[in-house]
Amino acid sequence: MNEHTSKQFDAEMEAIRSGVLAMGGLVETQFRRAVEALRIPGDVDIVTLVASDEQAINRMQMDIDQQCSQIIAKRQPAAIDLRMILTVVKIVNELERIGDEIKKIAYKAQQMQRPERLTTVRVHVITRAAGLAEENLQLALDAFARLDVNAAATVISNDEAIDAAFLAILRQLISYMMEDPRTITPALEIVFIAKSIERIGDHAKNIAEDVVHVVKGKDVRHATAEQIRAELAE
Amino acid sequence: MNLDIFAIRPEATPGAVARTPTKIAARHLDFYYGRFQALKDINLEIAERRVTAFIGPSGCGKSTLLRTLNRMYSLYPGQRAVGEIVFNGRNILEAGVDLNTLRAKIGMVFQKPTPFPMSIYDNIAFGVRLYESLSPREMDERVEWALTKAAMWDEAKNKLKQSGMALSGGQQQRLCIARAVAVKPEVLLLDEPTSALDPISTAKIEELISELKSDYTIAIVTHNMQQAARVSDYTAYMYLGELIEFGATDELFLKPRRRETEDYITGRFG
Repeated sequence: MNEHTSKQFDAEMEAIRSGVLAMGGLVETQFRRAVEALRIPGDVDIVTLVASDEQAINRMQMDIDQQCSQIIAKRQPAAIDLRMILTVVKIVNELERIGDEIKKIAYKAQQMQRPERLTTVRVHVITRAAGLAEENLQLALDAFARLDVNAAATVISNDEAIDAAFLAILRQLISYMMEDPRTITPALEIVFIAKSIERIGDHAKNIAEDVVHVVKGKDVRHATAEQIRAELAE
Repeated sequence: MNLDIFAIRPEATPGAVARTPTKIAARHLDFYYGRFQALKDINLEIAERRVTAFIGPSGCGKSTLLRTLNRMYSLYPGQRAVGEIVFNGRNILEAGVDLNTLRAKIGMVFQKPTPFPMSIYDNIAFGVRLYESLSPREMDERVEWALTKAAMWDEAKNKLKQSGMALSGGQQQRLCIARAVAVKPEVLLLDEPTSALDPISTAKIEELISELKSDYTIAIVTHNMQQAARVSDYTAYMYLGELIEFGATDELFLKPRRRETEDYITGRFG
């Protein structure tokens, strides 16, 4: 993309873009910490850290939204600039909501650390699903950084694997709960965590759809992965 | 440069206007100021009762194109157009076209308001008298009608005998639009009609344009891209005498097909 005649406009666009990437980086770190909290029992510090950084994520969202409003008011952006700004507003919203889900995971992880409640129930399946979601979030942010529609399409199709992992966890936990009612409480905690992970996957997918919109000007929300691939091939 | 796509009619898109009949069609239009070629093989169709905007940097040929549409250029020696401009089934570039009748059918409003040095009433009546002989009562009605069309009647009704030159810039421009409308044209050509006006007068003219399009086909040249985006149904982007992209305004300002258009409308030009 060529530069704007107004260098200040370029600087403003770059500021919101790098703001999204900084915010995305912090969200990724948070996610890794929350997954760590699942693995390592008794680490209260991680939860405190996640909670305080969640505040930072909220502030970043407000800052970037404010910058986008300023650009719209001052520059009347069109075409790719307009699509980029609309997308940035949506992506920071997705990231903020990912932050909320991460906070939920961290709190649940803390509850699970009480030994009497921590059963052998499938923590490792959860961490596998979390790993998939983490990778996909990273790929979605990469797709945004490089405006890479093929990476975005991969994110969108990968999300099916995360959804499948969630359903598998659910089935497994249901069978535990049916066999032994004493596992219901810890199993439900794990269900909530798995649901949060599944939601993070959805948010990453939304980010990828937004990237397609910036680059191609096409709205691929609610389209299937195959439809999106077909659109991108055009 | 591949010119095939330029001949395409603007596509109707979801949410945009439905396809409408063509009012004016330019085909393989070239234009020369002496030896300088200002328009190169322009092909486009202007839809009836819609607003078509021409945008592009200075010197791109947009005003020239507008001036060919009612042969305004014929006033100047050494300027000539080659190709076809079909209006109501006839090529208006042919010899033998009655230019006065043509310009009554295709009216024009210029960048700077150009009221005649006469009363508001006579500014309107002057053009009408050239084409029609109306009784005084009919003329009164026509003046009121034209001023009403141009959203000027309430402001002007008590000072019809005052000079048109005494009005504000925005009022003068609306008076010129009333004058153009008074002879009941089919097409209005607006050449940067608001570039000399303040924002409130500009908003009034833009409002007027959207009202007038229910009765008239409008072509507008503007330097203000946001204005083109606001008022037009179709937009043509021109550069160095060529028509680079032509399409539905709703699409062109969100997702132009061509990189050159994108660069221009996002301020990446030059």
